[in-house]
Amino acid sequence: MTTHINKLGYIFSKDCECDDILKNTLAKTKDEVVSELIKSGLRGRGGAGFPIGLKWKFTASQPEEVKYIICNADEGEPGTFKDREILTQVPKKVLRGMALCAYVTGAKKGFIYLRGEYKYLVPHLQKNIDEFHEDMKKFNIDLNVEIFLGSGAYVCGEETALIESMEGKRGEPRNKPPYPNQFGYLGKPTVVNNVETLASTMIVFRLGADVYNNLGTKDQQGSKLFSISGDSPKEGVHEIELGMSVADFVNEFGDGDTKAVQVGGVSGFCVPRKNFNKEIIGEGNTTGGSTMIFNSSRSMYNVLHNFLDFFAEESCGQCTPCRVGCQQLLKGIEAVKAGEKSPKYLDQLIKLSKTMQITSKCGLGQSVTNSFTSIVNNFREEMIY
Amino acid sequence: MVGTKELIKNLSVKHGIERKSLLPILQDIVEKENFLSNDSMIEVARILDISAAEVYGTASFFSFLDTEARGKYKIRVCKSITCDMKGKNETIKCIENILKIKVGETSKGGRFSLLETNCLGWCHKGPVMLVNDEVYTELTPEKIRETLSEYIREEK
Amino acid sequence: MSKNTITLIIDGTKVTVEEGTSILDAAKKVDIEIPTLCHHEDLCVAGNCRVCVVEEKGKNNLTASCAAPATEGMDILTSSPKVRRARKDIMALLVSEHNTQCTTCYRNTNCELQTLASDYNVDNDIYLSVLKNNTTIDKSSWSIEKDDSKCIRCQRCVRTCAEIQHVNALAVTHKGHEMKISTFMDFPMNEIVCTNCGQCIIHCPTAALTERRYYDDIWEAIDDPTKHVVVNTAPSVRVALGEMFDYEPGKIVTGKMVTALKKMGFDSVLDTDFSADLTIIEEANELLVRLKKAFVDKEEVALPMITSCSPGWVKFIEHMYPEHLGHLSTCKSPQQMFGSMVKTYYAEKKGIDPKDIVCVAGMPCAAKKYEANRPEMRDSGFQDIDAGLTTRELGHMIKQAGIKFQELPEENFDKIMGESSGAAVVFGATGGVMEAALRTAYAVITGRPVPFDNLNITPVRGMESIKEITIKFEDCVPEYSFLEGIEAKFGIAHGLTNARAIMDQIVEGKSPYVFIEIMACPGGCIGGGGQPIPTTDEIRKKRIEAIYAEDMGKPIRMSHENPEIKEIYESFLKVPLGEKSHHLLHTKYRKRKRY
Repeated sequence: MTTHINKLGYIFSKDCECDDILKNTLAKTKDEVVSELIKSGLRGRGGAGFPIGLKWKFTASQPEEVKYIICNADEGEPGTFKDREILTQVPKKVLRGMALCAYVTGAKKGFIYLRGEYKYLVPHLQKNIDEFHEDMKKFNIDLNVEIFLGSGAYVCGEETALIESMEGKRGEPRNKPPYPNQFGYLGKPTVVNNVETLASTMIVFRLGADVYNNLGTKDQQGSKLFSISGDSPKEGVHEIELGMSVADFVNEFGDGDTKAVQVGGVSGFCVPRKNFNKEIIGEGNTTGGSTMIFNSSRSMYNVLHNFLDFFAEESCGQCTPCRVGCQQLLKGIEAVKAGEKSPKYLDQLIKLSKTMQITSKCGLGQSVTNSFTSIVNNFREEMIY
Repeated sequence: MVGTKELIKNLSVKHGIERKSLLPILQDIVEKENFLSNDSMIEVARILDISAAEVYGTASFFSFLDTEARGKYKIRVCKSITCDMKGKNETIKCIENILKIKVGETSKGGRFSLLETNCLGWCHKGPVMLVNDEVYTELTPEKIRETLSEYIREEK
Repeated sequence: MSKNTITLIIDGTKVTVEEGTSILDAAKKVDIEIPTLCHHEDLCVAGNCRVCVVEEKGKNNLTASCAAPATEGMDILTSSPKVRRARKDIMALLVSEHNTQCTTCYRNTNCELQTLASDYNVDNDIYLSVLKNNTTIDKSSWSIEKDDSKCIRCQRCVRTCAEIQHVNALAVTHKGHEMKISTFMDFPMNEIVCTNCGQCIIHCPTAALTERRYYDDIWEAIDDPTKHVVVNTAPSVRVALGEMFDYEPGKIVTGKMVTALKKMGFDSVLDTDFSADLTIIEEANELLVRLKKAFVDKEEVALPMITSCSPGWVKFIEHMYPEHLGHLSTCKSPQQMFGSMVKTYYAEKKGIDPKDIVCVAGMPCAAKKYEANRPEMRDSGFQDIDAGLTTRELGHMIKQAGIKFQELPEENFDKIMGESSGAAVVFGATGGVMEAALRTAYAVITGRPVPFDNLNITPVRGMESIKEITIKFEDCVPEYSFLEGIEAKFGIAHGLTNARAIMDQIVEGKSPYVFIEIMACPGGCIGGGGQPIPTTDEIRKKRIEAIYAEDMGKPIRMSHENPEIKEIYESFLKVPLGEKSHHLLHTKYRKRKRY
């Protein structure tokens, strides 16, 4: 398998050029904008990976007068910090993305749902929002944007939980359907897009849908920001063309002693050394862009324990499989490690994680199995007493 | 209490009295009073015409909406995996030594509270802590001592 | 067709349903039973227990059938291997979080989790126990016990407290493994806004919420030869107690109940209906006095007047509308009137020292336990009612006594204070107090019976949330000529959410009524928090039918015609609202905090 690492510089390119991009794009009809977005292959960069063009199209087709746009800046996935970088360096791109969404969907009110942990960004963002309101007058875009601060709850990154919390409630994910594009914030059609997704629309229209679509692989198109952390001499945010193998990734970013790479954050997969050549980052796994590198000094039991501790704490707690399942997995690996349960119990726990995957109400509980199964299966000997 | 009532009244003017105003109001109370007291939650419930239990239920969902008494400076140390790998435990120990409090505790006089928190979004620069809204990255014992002594000085 | 229909396939069978129907309800149409726990027909959809998951062909993840609407062409499997395995796993998780000491549990054999775990033969040891070991049972309230170790976090109680009662005393707090059902700042149940209505109890699938039980105290009193133990039972107990002994809902078991109580050793088995009649006399007169003050004396007087029979409702208004307590009738509830009469009038007539009397009330209610312990309720010089038992507790006591209920002969209530009218019986159903009051008030005002066939004032009956009736008074007797030609409006609400709507009208000064009946529980007392579990709308309706059947079977249908009532006024109370009445039958209310 040959892949290459193609470092790109689109997202962090100068912010000032995006007014021109917006101007040119607004010359197109709404339908043209939507079909170009669909053609580009741009998918949600938050993790779930839903095609943005379709999301906008569904919302645009809703007959309601009042609609909302929410920029999801509740970047809580451990190992992810690229949205913070975008909002720090190129907030204009994000806001222009929102403007474009307003043009397509007809929304007049927008929010940036900023996680409470990033509160220090508020003055900087507010300044940009004020300028944005001024700038948009010349484009005839009537979109009022406001910052809504989160208060420290990972699950609020899930779009319906995010909406619930904006409505002043506990951030518990809703039953779906209905989806937010029909019944979102305050019951109105709502688009929820990740920070990077919105910024990426500017790249799609800068390059053109075809060029953008040619980036990446059949499965995943475009360029993508990766938050790289762990045992790496090059920790930080890197924009890379999608479609590289883990092996190439490790060669570029590892410290020479890489044992495993966790792709997609704690809700993603753990790739062990023996599979570095088989796995393509972004294919068949989640797209949030978190990549954590572990070298051979790390205990994968500790890694998994840390992840499960996180899930058990950050589950909203409403649905049985997620609330109790996370506690069981955590307690279970502790019992196996302590020799109180036989190693066979790990197989029971893997089955449990599969139950959680198919029965949990939202993506949080559904994705626990990803890291659990991949770590337990690949590092079973480290789990045992 | 008069102060709290006045504060909440002002916040209800600023943020409104609908249910959707709840989080912004609670956030601002925490900023002003360090945590949500019983009296403040009861008053918010009254103004928003919802039950106090609902206010508590909502607040207790969010880790930044403290319903327990906290100090003026809340130190939140990131415990996610990469910060853990890069010395979170040493960071905690160092802070504990300086402030003479354990995780979850508040120092005498209500100046500092030490807490652990999930990912702060600075995984490439761990270990990391937040002191109220300020972030401090790539912590070393020296850096921790320096940072905290500034807060201690400021307080005096 | 007016509504769009949808056709889907469930387990190979085609089903056509209205758009918006859940998969769960669609399955019911073809007699497929999908297990549920968090789902309850009285409440909004939660979709959080996940026990009702089904497989939709072509999808990897399972679907919660209670929360997912049926869509055209769906192909659903409700019992595929994947579904069965997942369900069993979820039940095992719930069990691992649960206090599984079923043998000593009050809800043993009437627990939804237990039933499912048994049906699916869930292995208790498949997972480690994650039951929190620091949970204590909250027994602070006179009425309700809260045992978090039995809680499955289905949130039915929270939805009940919010949707049916709009009290929101219970809330979901914290998240993740710490998530629980709690109160404001985790305060004990006796320090919060809880009205003790007990609706959370009858909606709880397990024993996380139960009534505080007093039967051991009662047995002790019965066994004590120096004590004279009197029991009185409310109208809605006799139409529901049978459910504890495998009778169909709606079975009237008055006679068997009386026999059972006598067999258990109560010294006297009396009827709360007697004091319901007494309540009507006092309350109807109180209303007439208020009307006279308003119409004739032009005095400032609180109208509309509102009934005060339902202790859950009384505590609700004390918490929520403390500035409007003047609207409440000062009449004690029938239970409390009974207690104060037993320890004065009854004691005198029977020649028993009231200190030796233990007065027990068998009630459909959880709040009655609290009411009995209110400090105001000691006007006889003693605690007027010593203990309130729920219908369920009575059922348990009868079982403990080894009585074969279905085999029992039927006996009559003892005397005195055992005689009642049909008007007292209808107290048990929403609208009943109003109907009873109107039967008497109309007769007092006009000298004629109320102008409805067989005295059945049907507009005040039924499960509609807020009911009203307008009555025109014509050809009034001279004393009430000030009401001549007046069309008076009367309102009825049941469930505290509806009570709130009525109260909001009063607060805004827009209430169209002169007199209002409010009952805390849906359907009135027959749907009370102390009634057998389950209580559903269908069951409520059957109990209501039984109430009206019992009324029709009574020779006397109006409270003021009850001979024992006439006697008590002649020989003891003298006149309604007189000095003795005022002292023994009326009470005061207090302002309470709103959390």
